[in-house]
Amino acid sequence: MNFIIALIIGMLFTSSVFLMFQKSFFKLIIGVILFGYATVFFIFTIGGVTKDAPPLLTNAPDHNQALADPLPQALSLTAIVISIGVQLFMIVLLKKVHEDVETEDLDELNSTDRIA
Amino acid sequence: MTLPELPYLMFPLWILLFGFIGSLFFWKYWKVQQAFAITSSALYLFTAGLLVIAVYQNEMLALQIGNWPAPFGITLVADLFSAILVLISSIISLATVIYSIQDVSKSRKKNGFYPILLVMIFGVCGSFLTGDIFNLYVWFEVMLIASFVLIILGNDKAQLEGAVKYVILSFISSGFLLMGIGILYRLTGTLNMADLASVIPNHPNQPYIIISAVFFFMGFGIKAALFPLFSWLPASYPTPPISVAALMAGLLTKVGVYALIRFFTLLFTFDIALTHGFLLIVAGLTMFFGVIGAVAQNDFRKVLSFHIVSQIGYMVMGLALLTQWALAGAIFYMAHHIIVKSNLFMISGIVKDINGHSLLSKLGGLYRQYPFVTVLFVISAFSLAGIPPLSGFWGKFILARAGMESEQYLIVFVSLLVGLLTLFSMSKIWKHAFWSDVPEGETIQLTKSQLYKKKYLLLIASAFLTVCTLLMSFFPDLLLTLSQKASEQLLDPQVYIKNVLNQ
Repeated sequence: MNFIIALIIGMLFTSSVFLMFQKSFFKLIIGVILFGYATVFFIFTIGGVTKDAPPLLTNAPDHNQALADPLPQALSLTAIVISIGVQLFMIVLLKKVHEDVETEDLDELNSTDRIA
Repeated sequence: MTLPELPYLMFPLWILLFGFIGSLFFWKYWKVQQAFAITSSALYLFTAGLLVIAVYQNEMLALQIGNWPAPFGITLVADLFSAILVLISSIISLATVIYSIQDVSKSRKKNGFYPILLVMIFGVCGSFLTGDIFNLYVWFEVMLIASFVLIILGNDKAQLEGAVKYVILSFISSGFLLMGIGILYRLTGTLNMADLASVIPNHPNQPYIIISAVFFFMGFGIKAALFPLFSWLPASYPTPPISVAALMAGLLTKVGVYALIRFFTLLFTFDIALTHGFLLIVAGLTMFFGVIGAVAQNDFRKVLSFHIVSQIGYMVMGLALLTQWALAGAIFYMAHHIIVKSNLFMISGIVKDINGHSLLSKLGGLYRQYPFVTVLFVISAFSLAGIPPLSGFWGKFILARAGMESEQYLIVFVSLLVGLLTLFSMSKIWKHAFWSDVPEGETIQLTKSQLYKKKYLLLIASAFLTVCTLLMSFFPDLLLTLSQKASEQLLDPQVYIKNVLNQ
């Protein structure tokens, strides 16, 4: 199970990096969204995917049973909220850039890098 | 004089938060928002001063949010290092707010410039004060999202182009941070920095902790603009209005450096030869390539932006040497750099208002007609280059001495060479903008009387920072004593652990 999850995370990272290296704005957006998913999935998984009881003391069948650690889920929730916010910001930003600079090619966004 | 017991740690955060929320209620009245920004940044300066005094008297302050005991809840901690940085950031914030009154256009102010500025300073202050690694990530995001908005506010074409690079690379660096936090949590089961510091030295799986150190290095390295990761900085920093650029140039990258210093003195000190040896190489490369970039540029603001990169190298050099003098030098250098760099950006804004350009080939005539601006520039530029007796000299001198003591002659040589190249690129600005006459076909946009009548606050803000530079230059012992005490605390993690965990 853990091996499959690790494989999925690796695939997510690979595809996001591949997409971010492309020139198109649209592929960049997809790449960034996948990168956000991959990081969240990564901390969720590394926190331990277990079959332990939920961390509620009243629900635990007996006190000897191991309880799952709730913190990685709390961390991933926070991270999801933040990364979705940044992704939405980026989508609007790229739309605005597309309107103003009139290009869809990331390589043409170089007017601030040139030595005048 | 001893201070009464009050939550000094919370005051700066409360003030900035109240300033932000208060100004949100007056969304349509930008003048009220401006008043909120001025009062809260002035009060921020006052409370930051109180914080430094309180920390100096008590060795360290720690506060458990919600009264949860230390390793479980979120902790706010201020040691001298963070207190000094909070104080410096408050000086810069006040100067920037004063500067922005006559610099930022009305349309930007109407679209919420001041509330967002306050949020950004709030994020910076919080990152300095937190004692929990996940909370640090959240403060970073508060700061970054506010800076995204500030960097595109106004929708110039150049601003948008720079912002694309800035936003994407910042997002990726946050991803690296998160993964580092995840690995560290998995290995140690805690997020509290003091708890981590007490667990890591005896940890059985230290090679895995190095992996998380790599992730943190990448995350903070992008934010601090270290050698291979700095390309976003010169692309985006010169684009927004000068008030924003000055604040970002002074503060944001230094938050990355702060986090690097905090993590690599408190947590990752079990294999110094590997981690800090690597940091030393990166420091040298950052210094060198940053200044080479600055020498190649022909635009006032871009030269300054590349200098930020090269000066980050000096701070990381202090961290990598990891002796008491080296860390004291790094802290002194950070304080000096934040003030001088922001001031130079402000002066570049004044020059742009006078000449209408920031391209060096189109500038000229300032020395003859604007002696006051020239004096402001000379002091900051020579201080940046490290001419004695100005503040940059003390910072570089302490770092070079620390390097000699650790027998790292190569990095000392590189740092002195970089100082020379810094002087070269500063004299390029001096020659084109100040010494030469106005080029043919160019006209002065702002006469002297207009400058003194309409833009006097720009000069006041810049003069305020110049006075701070001069104070640091001629009375360096005050800041030096503080930074030496701070570096003592940084080198002894037991002090940090004791103050946070044994309440």
